[in-house]
Amino acid sequence: MKFFHYASPSTFYHLAGKAIPWTAWTAGILAVLGLYVGFFVAPTDFQQGEAYRIIFIHVPAAWMGMLIYLVMAFWGAVGLAFNARLPFMMMRALAPTGAILTFVSLWTGAVWGKPMWGTWWVWDARLTSTLILLFLYIGTLALWSAIDDVKRSDRAGALLTLIGVVNVPIILFSVVWWNTLHQGSTVGVSHAPKMAATMLQGLLLMTAAAWAYAIAATLVRVRRIILERERKTEWVNEILRKGS
Amino acid sequence: MEWASWSDFWSMGGRGFFVWSAYGVTAICVLTEIVWLRRSADQSRRRLLRMQQWDSSQEESEQ
Repeated sequence: MKFFHYASPSTFYHLAGKAIPWTAWTAGILAVLGLYVGFFVAPTDFQQGEAYRIIFIHVPAAWMGMLIYLVMAFWGAVGLAFNARLPFMMMRALAPTGAILTFVSLWTGAVWGKPMWGTWWVWDARLTSTLILLFLYIGTLALWSAIDDVKRSDRAGALLTLIGVVNVPIILFSVVWWNTLHQGSTVGVSHAPKMAATMLQGLLLMTAAAWAYAIAATLVRVRRIILERERKTEWVNEILRKGS
Repeated sequence: MEWASWSDFWSMGGRGFFVWSAYGVTAICVLTEIVWLRRSADQSRRRLLRMQQWDSSQEESEQ
Protein backbone atom coordinates (compact mmCIF):
# COMPACT_ATOMS: atom_id res chain seq x y z
CA MET A 1 0.00 0.00 0.00
CA LYS A 2 1.19 3.52 -0.86
CA PHE A 3 0.84 4.81 2.70
CA PHE A 4 3.18 2.27 4.19
CA HIS A 5 5.61 2.90 1.38
CA TYR A 6 5.88 6.57 2.39
CA ALA A 7 5.97 5.62 6.04
CA SER A 8 9.31 3.89 5.58
CA PRO A 9 12.09 6.15 6.88
CA SER A 10 14.26 5.79 3.76
CA THR A 11 11.48 6.83 1.37
CA PHE A 12 10.42 9.65 3.64
CA TYR A 13 13.99 10.88 3.97
CA HIS A 14 14.25 11.43 0.20
CA LEU A 15 10.74 12.81 -0.07
CA ALA A 16 11.46 15.32 2.71
CA GLY A 17 14.70 16.31 1.00
CA LYS A 18 12.79 17.20 -2.16
CA ALA A 19 10.13 19.15 -0.26
CA ILE A 20 12.47 21.29 1.86
CA PRO A 21 13.55 23.84 -0.80
CA TRP A 22 9.93 24.30 -1.93
CA THR A 23 8.53 24.84 1.53
CA ALA A 24 11.42 27.06 2.60
CA TRP A 25 11.11 29.32 -0.45
CA THR A 26 7.33 29.41 -0.06
CA ALA A 27 7.78 30.52 3.55
CA GLY A 28 10.22 33.26 2.56
CA ILE A 29 8.11 34.62 -0.30
CA LEU A 30 4.87 34.55 1.68
CA ALA A 31 6.54 36.29 4.63
CA VAL A 32 7.84 39.09 2.38
CA LEU A 33 4.37 39.51 0.81
CA GLY A 34 2.68 39.32 4.21
CA LEU A 35 4.99 41.93 5.74
CA TYR A 36 4.50 44.20 2.74
CA VAL A 37 0.72 43.99 3.04
CA GLY A 38 0.93 44.27 6.84
CA PHE A 39 3.08 47.38 6.90
CA PHE A 40 2.34 49.19 3.64
CA VAL A 41 -1.16 48.22 2.54
CA ALA A 42 -3.17 47.55 5.70
CA PRO A 43 -4.59 50.75 7.20
CA THR A 44 -4.05 52.15 10.69
CA ASP A 45 -6.46 50.60 13.20
CA PHE A 46 -9.04 53.10 14.39
CA GLN A 47 -8.79 51.88 18.00
CA GLN A 48 -5.25 50.61 18.40
CA GLY A 49 -3.31 52.90 16.04
CA GLU A 50 -0.14 51.29 14.68
CA ALA A 51 0.53 48.92 17.59
CA TYR A 52 -1.99 46.48 16.14
CA ARG A 53 0.57 45.58 13.43
CA ILE A 54 2.03 43.15 15.94
CA ILE A 55 -0.98 40.97 15.05
CA PHE A 56 0.75 39.83 11.84
CA ILE A 57 3.19 37.76 13.85
CA HIS A 58 1.38 37.32 17.13
CA VAL A 59 -1.67 35.50 15.78
CA PRO A 60 0.11 33.21 13.27
CA ALA A 61 2.68 32.26 15.94
CA ALA A 62 -0.06 31.53 18.49
CA TRP A 63 -2.03 29.46 15.98
CA MET A 64 1.05 27.48 14.96
CA GLY A 65 2.06 26.92 18.58
CA MET A 66 -1.28 25.22 19.21
CA LEU A 67 -1.50 23.45 15.85
CA ILE A 68 1.99 21.95 16.13
CA TYR A 69 1.09 20.60 19.55
CA LEU A 70 -2.03 18.97 18.08
CA VAL A 71 0.02 17.46 15.25
CA MET A 72 2.53 16.15 17.79
CA ALA A 73 -0.28 14.55 19.76
CA PHE A 74 -1.61 13.01 16.55
CA TRP A 75 1.78 11.48 15.69
CA GLY A 76 2.19 10.36 19.29
CA ALA A 77 -1.14 8.52 19.13
CA VAL A 78 -0.26 6.96 15.76
CA GLY A 79 3.14 5.90 17.07
CA LEU A 80 1.67 4.32 20.19
CA ALA A 81 -1.15 2.61 18.29
CA PHE A 82 0.90 1.15 15.44
CA ASN A 83 4.25 0.91 17.19
CA ALA A 84 5.88 2.61 14.21
CA ARG A 85 9.17 4.49 14.12
CA LEU A 86 8.54 7.45 11.86
CA PRO A 87 5.66 9.01 13.86
CA PHE A 88 7.87 9.34 16.93
CA MET A 89 10.60 10.91 14.85
CA MET A 90 8.05 13.41 13.51
CA MET A 91 7.04 14.27 17.08
CA ARG A 92 10.60 15.09 18.02
CA ALA A 93 11.14 17.09 14.87
CA LEU A 94 8.04 19.21 15.51
CA ALA A 95 8.57 20.06 19.18
CA PRO A 96 11.41 22.65 19.03
CA THR A 97 9.64 24.71 16.34
CA GLY A 98 6.39 24.55 18.31
CA ALA A 99 8.17 25.74 21.44
CA ILE A 100 9.86 28.61 19.61
CA LEU A 101 6.61 29.78 18.00
CA THR A 102 4.78 29.58 21.33
CA PHE A 103 7.51 31.69 22.89
CA VAL A 104 7.15 34.18 20.00
CA SER A 105 3.40 34.39 20.61
CA LEU A 106 3.97 35.12 24.32
CA TRP A 107 6.67 37.70 23.64
CA THR A 108 4.73 39.53 20.95
CA GLY A 109 1.66 39.37 23.19
CA ALA A 110 3.61 41.03 26.01
CA VAL A 111 4.87 43.91 23.87
CA TRP A 112 1.37 44.33 22.46
CA GLY A 113 -0.23 44.18 25.90
CA LYS A 114 1.97 46.90 27.35
CA PRO A 115 0.78 49.75 25.10
CA MET A 116 -2.83 48.45 24.88
CA TRP A 117 -3.57 47.19 28.40
CA GLY A 118 -0.84 48.99 30.32
CA THR A 119 0.77 45.74 31.43
CA TRP A 120 3.20 43.20 29.97
CA TRP A 121 1.51 40.26 31.61
CA VAL A 122 -1.64 39.26 33.50
CA TRP A 123 -2.48 35.87 34.96
CA ASP A 124 -5.66 35.52 32.98
CA ALA A 125 -6.94 32.36 31.31
CA ARG A 126 -5.63 32.95 27.78
CA LEU A 127 -2.14 34.01 28.80
CA THR A 128 -1.73 31.42 31.54
CA SER A 129 -2.88 28.51 29.38
CA THR A 130 -0.48 29.62 26.62
CA LEU A 131 2.36 29.74 29.15
CA ILE A 132 1.38 26.19 30.17
CA LEU A 133 1.64 25.20 26.50
CA LEU A 134 5.23 26.50 26.43
CA PHE A 135 5.99 24.54 29.61
CA LEU A 136 4.47 21.40 28.06
CA TYR A 137 6.78 21.76 25.06
CA ILE A 138 9.81 22.31 27.29
CA GLY A 139 8.74 19.46 29.58
CA THR A 140 8.42 17.06 26.65
CA LEU A 141 11.84 18.06 25.29
CA ALA A 142 13.35 17.60 28.76
CA LEU A 143 11.66 14.22 29.19
CA TRP A 144 13.06 13.00 25.87
CA SER A 145 16.59 14.00 26.74
CA ALA A 146 16.29 12.53 30.24
CA ILE A 147 15.47 8.96 29.10
CA ASP A 148 18.32 7.22 27.29
CA ASP A 149 16.40 4.24 25.94
CA VAL A 150 14.93 5.53 22.67
CA LYS A 151 11.79 3.41 22.69
CA ARG A 152 10.86 4.24 26.26
CA SER A 153 11.73 7.87 25.69
CA ASP A 154 9.48 8.02 22.61
CA ARG A 155 6.57 6.44 24.43
CA ALA A 156 6.91 8.66 27.49
CA GLY A 157 6.99 11.77 25.31
CA ALA A 158 3.94 10.63 23.35
CA LEU A 159 2.03 9.93 26.54
CA LEU A 160 2.89 13.33 28.04
CA THR A 161 1.83 15.07 24.81
CA LEU A 162 -1.46 13.18 24.72
CA ILE A 163 -2.21 14.24 28.29
CA GLY A 164 -1.13 17.81 27.60
CA VAL A 165 -3.36 18.11 24.54
CA VAL A 166 -6.39 18.97 26.76
CA ASN A 167 -4.70 22.33 27.23
CA VAL A 168 -5.21 23.28 23.56
CA PRO A 169 -9.03 23.60 23.68
CA ILE A 170 -8.61 25.45 26.97
CA ILE A 171 -6.44 28.03 25.19
CA LEU A 172 -8.88 28.28 22.28
CA PHE A 173 -12.01 28.73 24.36
CA SER A 174 -10.43 30.65 27.25
CA VAL A 175 -11.63 33.96 25.83
CA VAL A 176 -15.17 32.58 25.68
CA TRP A 177 -15.33 30.67 28.96
CA TRP A 178 -13.66 33.21 31.21
CA ASN A 179 -13.81 36.93 31.56
CA THR A 180 -10.37 37.82 30.29
CA LEU A 181 -8.39 40.88 29.39
CA HIS A 182 -7.45 39.24 26.07
CA GLN A 183 -9.74 40.23 23.22
CA GLY A 184 -12.05 37.67 21.66
CA SER A 185 -11.26 36.06 18.35
CA THR A 186 -11.10 38.43 15.42
CA VAL A 187 -11.21 35.72 12.80
CA GLY A 188 -13.58 32.78 13.21
CA VAL A 189 -15.61 30.30 11.26
CA SER A 190 -18.96 31.39 12.70
CA HIS A 191 -18.76 35.09 11.96
CA ALA A 192 -17.31 37.48 9.40
CA PRO A 193 -13.82 38.75 10.29
CA LYS A 194 -13.93 41.89 12.43
CA MET A 195 -11.15 43.60 10.53
CA ALA A 196 -10.38 45.40 7.28
CA ALA A 197 -9.93 43.14 4.25
CA THR A 198 -6.29 44.11 3.73
CA MET A 199 -5.53 43.44 7.41
CA LEU A 200 -7.01 39.99 7.01
CA GLN A 201 -5.00 39.41 3.82
CA GLY A 202 -1.77 40.28 5.64
CA LEU A 203 -2.72 38.00 8.50
CA LEU A 204 -3.54 35.09 6.21
CA LEU A 205 -0.31 35.52 4.23
CA MET A 206 1.73 35.51 7.43
CA THR A 207 -0.18 32.47 8.67
CA ALA A 208 0.58 30.61 5.44
CA ALA A 209 4.24 31.65 5.80
CA ALA A 210 4.28 30.27 9.35
CA TRP A 211 2.84 26.97 8.10
CA ALA A 212 5.45 26.67 5.36
CA TYR A 213 8.24 27.63 7.75
CA ALA A 214 7.15 25.09 10.36
CA ILE A 215 6.96 22.35 7.71
CA ALA A 216 10.41 23.20 6.33
CA ALA A 217 12.03 23.31 9.78
CA THR A 218 10.36 20.05 10.80
CA LEU A 219 11.49 18.28 7.63
CA VAL A 220 15.10 19.43 8.07
CA ARG A 221 15.03 18.18 11.66
CA VAL A 222 13.32 14.88 10.89
CA ARG A 223 15.93 14.09 8.25
CA ARG A 224 18.68 14.45 10.83
CA ILE A 225 16.77 12.24 13.26
CA ILE A 226 16.16 9.58 10.59
CA LEU A 227 19.86 9.41 9.73
CA GLU A 228 20.82 9.11 13.39
CA ARG A 229 18.32 6.40 14.16
CA GLU A 230 18.84 4.40 10.99
CA ARG A 231 22.63 4.75 11.02
CA LYS A 232 23.16 0.99 11.08
CA THR A 233 21.34 0.48 7.78
CA GLU A 234 22.95 0.18 4.38
CA TRP A 235 21.01 3.05 2.79
CA VAL A 236 22.20 5.50 5.45
CA ASN A 237 25.79 4.30 5.06
CA GLU A 238 25.52 4.96 1.37
CA ILE A 239 24.15 8.49 1.92
CA LEU A 240 26.97 9.26 4.37
CA ARG A 241 29.60 7.99 1.95
CA LYS A 242 28.20 9.99 -0.94
CA GLY A 243 27.80 13.00 1.30
CA SER A 244 24.53 14.05 -0.30
CA MET B 1 0.65 54.10 1.20
CA GLU B 2 0.19 54.64 4.89
CA TRP B 3 3.38 56.53 5.69
CA ALA B 4 4.40 60.12 5.03
CA SER B 5 8.13 59.37 5.48
CA TRP B 6 10.54 56.69 6.67
CA SER B 7 10.85 58.28 10.10
CA ASP B 8 7.07 58.18 10.29
CA PHE B 9 7.27 54.49 9.40
CA TRP B 10 9.90 53.68 12.04
CA SER B 11 8.06 55.56 14.78
CA MET B 12 4.88 53.49 14.22
CA GLY B 13 2.68 56.23 15.60
CA GLY B 14 4.78 56.42 18.78
CA ARG B 15 4.59 52.65 19.34
CA GLY B 16 7.83 51.88 17.51
CA PHE B 17 9.53 50.31 20.51
CA PHE B 18 6.75 47.76 20.97
CA VAL B 19 6.20 46.95 17.31
CA TRP B 20 9.90 46.65 16.47
CA SER B 21 10.79 44.65 19.56
CA ALA B 22 8.03 42.20 18.61
CA TYR B 23 9.37 41.87 15.05
CA GLY B 24 13.01 41.97 16.16
CA VAL B 25 12.74 39.18 18.70
CA THR B 26 10.74 37.08 16.22
CA ALA B 27 13.46 37.57 13.59
CA ILE B 28 16.15 36.58 16.10
CA CYS B 29 14.21 33.44 17.08
CA VAL B 30 13.64 32.36 13.48
CA LEU B 31 17.22 33.09 12.36
CA THR B 32 18.64 31.31 15.40
CA GLU B 33 16.54 28.26 14.62
CA ILE B 34 17.69 28.24 10.99
CA VAL B 35 21.38 28.48 11.98
CA TRP B 36 20.87 25.83 14.65
CA LEU B 37 19.12 23.48 12.18
CA ARG B 38 22.00 23.77 9.70
CA ARG B 39 24.71 23.34 12.30
CA SER B 40 23.14 20.35 13.99
CA ALA B 41 22.52 18.66 10.62
CA ASP B 42 26.20 19.13 9.68
CA GLN B 43 27.51 18.05 13.07
CA SER B 44 25.29 14.99 13.14
CA ARG B 45 26.43 13.98 9.65
CA ARG B 46 30.10 14.32 10.57
CA ARG B 47 29.59 12.34 13.75
CA LEU B 48 27.79 9.55 11.89
CA LEU B 49 30.53 9.45 9.27
CA ARG B 50 33.19 9.10 11.97
CA MET B 51 31.20 6.31 13.59
CA GLN B 52 30.87 4.59 10.24
CA GLN B 53 34.60 4.83 9.56
CA TRP B 54 35.36 3.56 13.04
CA ASP B 55 32.98 0.63 12.53
CA SER B 56 34.57 -0.35 9.22
CA SER B 57 38.09 -0.11 10.66
CA GLN B 58 37.00 -2.42 13.48
CA GLU B 59 35.71 -4.91 10.94
CA GLU B 60 39.00 -4.84 9.04
CA SER B 61 41.07 -5.48 12.16
CA GLU B 62 38.83 -8.39 13.07
CA GLN B 63 39.46 -10.10 9.75
